[in-house]
Amino acid sequence: MGATEQRTMTLNMGPQHPSTHGVLRLILELDGEIVVKVTPELGYLHRAIGKIAEGLRYEQFVPYTDRLDYLAASINNLGYVQGVEKLMEIEAPARARYLRVLFCELSRIESHLIWLGTHILDLGATTPLFYCFRERETIRDLFEEVCGARMTHAYFRIGGVRQDIPTGFLQKVREFYRTFPSRLAQYETLITNNPIFLRRARGVGAISAEKAVAYGLSGPSLRGSGVEWDLRKAEPYAAYGDLDFEVPTGANGDVYDRYLVRIEEMKQSLRLVEQAAENLPEGAVKADAPQFIRPPREEVHRNMQAMIRYFYITMHGGSPPPGEVYSAVEGSKGEVAFYLVSDGTPKPARVDIRGPSFVNLSALNEMSKGQYVADLVAIMGSIDIVLGEVDR
Amino acid sequence: MTPADLLFVLLKILVVLLLIPVTVGFCTLAERKILGRIQLRFGPNRAGPFGLLQWMADAVKLITKEYLIPGEADKALFVIAPLLTMVPAVTVFALIPFGKGMEITDVNVGILMLVAISSLGTYGIIFGGWASNSKYSLLGGLRSAAQMISYELSMGLALVGVVMMAGTMSLVEIVESQKGLWFIVAQPLGFIVFFISGVAETNRLPFDMPEAEGDLGAGYHTEYSAMGFGLFQLGEYSAILTMAALMTTLFCGGWGGPAAAALGGAVSLGYFVLKTSFFVFVFIWMRGTLPRVRYDQLMALGWKVLLPLSLLNILWVAGYVALRG
Amino acid sequence: MNEAVVGYIPILLFFGLAAALGVTMLVLGIIVRPSSPNPVKKIPYECGNVPTGDARGQVRSRYYLFAMLLVLFDVEVIFLFPWAVNLRSLGLFGFIEMAIFLGILLLGYVYLWRNGGLEWD
Repeated sequence: MGATEQRTMTLNMGPQHPSTHGVLRLILELDGEIVVKVTPELGYLHRAIGKIAEGLRYEQFVPYTDRLDYLAASINNLGYVQGVEKLMEIEAPARARYLRVLFCELSRIESHLIWLGTHILDLGATTPLFYCFRERETIRDLFEEVCGARMTHAYFRIGGVRQDIPTGFLQKVREFYRTFPSRLAQYETLITNNPIFLRRARGVGAISAEKAVAYGLSGPSLRGSGVEWDLRKAEPYAAYGDLDFEVPTGANGDVYDRYLVRIEEMKQSLRLVEQAAENLPEGAVKADAPQFIRPPREEVHRNMQAMIRYFYITMHGGSPPPGEVYSAVEGSKGEVAFYLVSDGTPKPARVDIRGPSFVNLSALNEMSKGQYVADLVAIMGSIDIVLGEVDR
Repeated sequence: MTPADLLFVLLKILVVLLLIPVTVGFCTLAERKILGRIQLRFGPNRAGPFGLLQWMADAVKLITKEYLIPGEADKALFVIAPLLTMVPAVTVFALIPFGKGMEITDVNVGILMLVAISSLGTYGIIFGGWASNSKYSLLGGLRSAAQMISYELSMGLALVGVVMMAGTMSLVEIVESQKGLWFIVAQPLGFIVFFISGVAETNRLPFDMPEAEGDLGAGYHTEYSAMGFGLFQLGEYSAILTMAALMTTLFCGGWGGPAAAALGGAVSLGYFVLKTSFFVFVFIWMRGTLPRVRYDQLMALGWKVLLPLSLLNILWVAGYVALRG
Repeated sequence: MNEAVVGYIPILLFFGLAAALGVTMLVLGIIVRPSSPNPVKKIPYECGNVPTGDARGQVRSRYYLFAMLLVLFDVEVIFLFPWAVNLRSLGLFGFIEMAIFLGILLLGYVYLWRNGGLEWD
């Protein structure tokens, strides 16, 4: 019947829209205010990051990974450097692995804070955003102190981390995890039991566990549907195997469950930060692999061999043996993965990136069919996409 | 009415009329300052001491901006719409007793007049949304119209409670009749209904559906720039002031307070300003705290909760009045 | 002049002057503000895209239903006001009378609710 076509209205939401969290364009088909169909239109931020990698040496690509999920840059760094380490068959020393956990979890908290603030902002409450940015500022200060960068860290290097933490740094981390729980409690009083929020979030954008798996969702968006799958537990990497934490899951897979999962994840991340900081082993922060890793500066000034090695690696780079590797880590949005192919040269032959936001976004239509436009905004917020990762 | 009377009335009107934009200006400044404090920031603090002249800077900006009319807009309607919102919102002040003997006019059907005038503002919003020929504007305009008419009903019914208790529709006499007992105490249910409806009528959080930033861009005034937008803002904030003034007048004793009747004049005006400011603060406070209600939930609240509640209030007040005689 | 009309004159004056104020504000800018329209600027906002189709399409009929509901109930509210003013003098009799009136109103309301007339979707 032709009448159905007339009844719907096509509305562009984005790329210039406050709630699409970046340059995402959604083509909505609306019946009144009910969403009939959502078609995400991507590509406004496409930079061909995977292709760029083919022209760079392995170590040069690390800062580019920052620009994927720029809200939790360290986690992308980790996914990439672990992949390269697997290719090169080296392992980061224990201290570096603990530091990686520490900074990944700080990143995760930071990313979830942004999610919390913007998600609630989309629902109309402006204030929590500012509170979240207060805590995020503290985390950024920590990052700045250790690597100079506040957002695009590039702190993790192949075989370890860039440099050891400065003295007194752990004290500041301790201060953070002492104050943070009370701050988080503040947000919860503002939001978790707010009747308006409950009405906006409960039963909205629900997706069943089977469908969530079928769509390939990962991260909190998957766990909200009750699937207990977390790479940190399933395939422990870095130091996660030694540390104690829980994987929160939801039951209904709606906006509210995804909200609860993320809030709980922040608490668990804080536990991880605490454990990593308290149990930080002594020792080197870079692997001892002369083929790939530059010797320390002092060595270079004293030792001719070291100097030659330093120059060689800087000018030419290390060449891992030919092979391919898939390296996945649990990002703040889901499974961040790098598929690397080496042809034995210092530059990767092929890099493919799995951005969890991209995959999670594919379920948007399924989640929001038959719901209101206002719900669509809530659902978008609850799957927590970041456009740097959707368009790579 | 002698020419001298007329001149006096004219003078009063001019004073009030010129004070409104200034008050609205300070109202927006207060909003930004208070929100700033709630949100760990300073708010505007560059224009003048403590940012006190910010509203002037805003006004100058709005006047000097280019006035854009979208290509396919209904031009006449597009230009008139902001006026249709602003003028009725402002005119309501003609009826409000600011202090003892300080009203511009007092008519015996004051409340009806008030409801009639203030509901004209809906036209501006729906015309603005329609004339823009933008989908976001249209959705915003429609939402707003439906919202405002839905809440007008419960508001009207809440007003019936007030009229019953006061035995008059004149606003001046309503204030007088609250000397003994404020109506907020006598009929708290009516006040709650009136308050919620008032917030919804003024399109404020948590009921700011028509301009729900998160999903509709800026709603009905998406396409408005420069003074067109300015007039919509003026209308919106005048409506907030009106609503706060009405809450004061109808439920909280208006200008009444200790010694107000005896001293009159400035003292009574002071009470009125104080009470009204308090309600304006509550409006701002809510904006700093609450998320937005969804549209269908808003309609359901209006029709399924507030309407029965306001009927219940009428029953309660009628019983109270009829039995006490 | 009729005594009752006198009270409304200031409202009318106020209305006129408020309109004049609004018009002045709109017109004031003409002297100072720039005007350089171009076709791209005049495209209605649709998040940076060229809009597809006309915005003024069909609208959900629900809106009209609610508009009619308002008219229906608002008229009843108007009837309540004169009664409310005189309630004190009407006493218990007036109270019962109005209870019957409101009862009929309520009956319609319940009917509406049960038939799903108050559901938004």
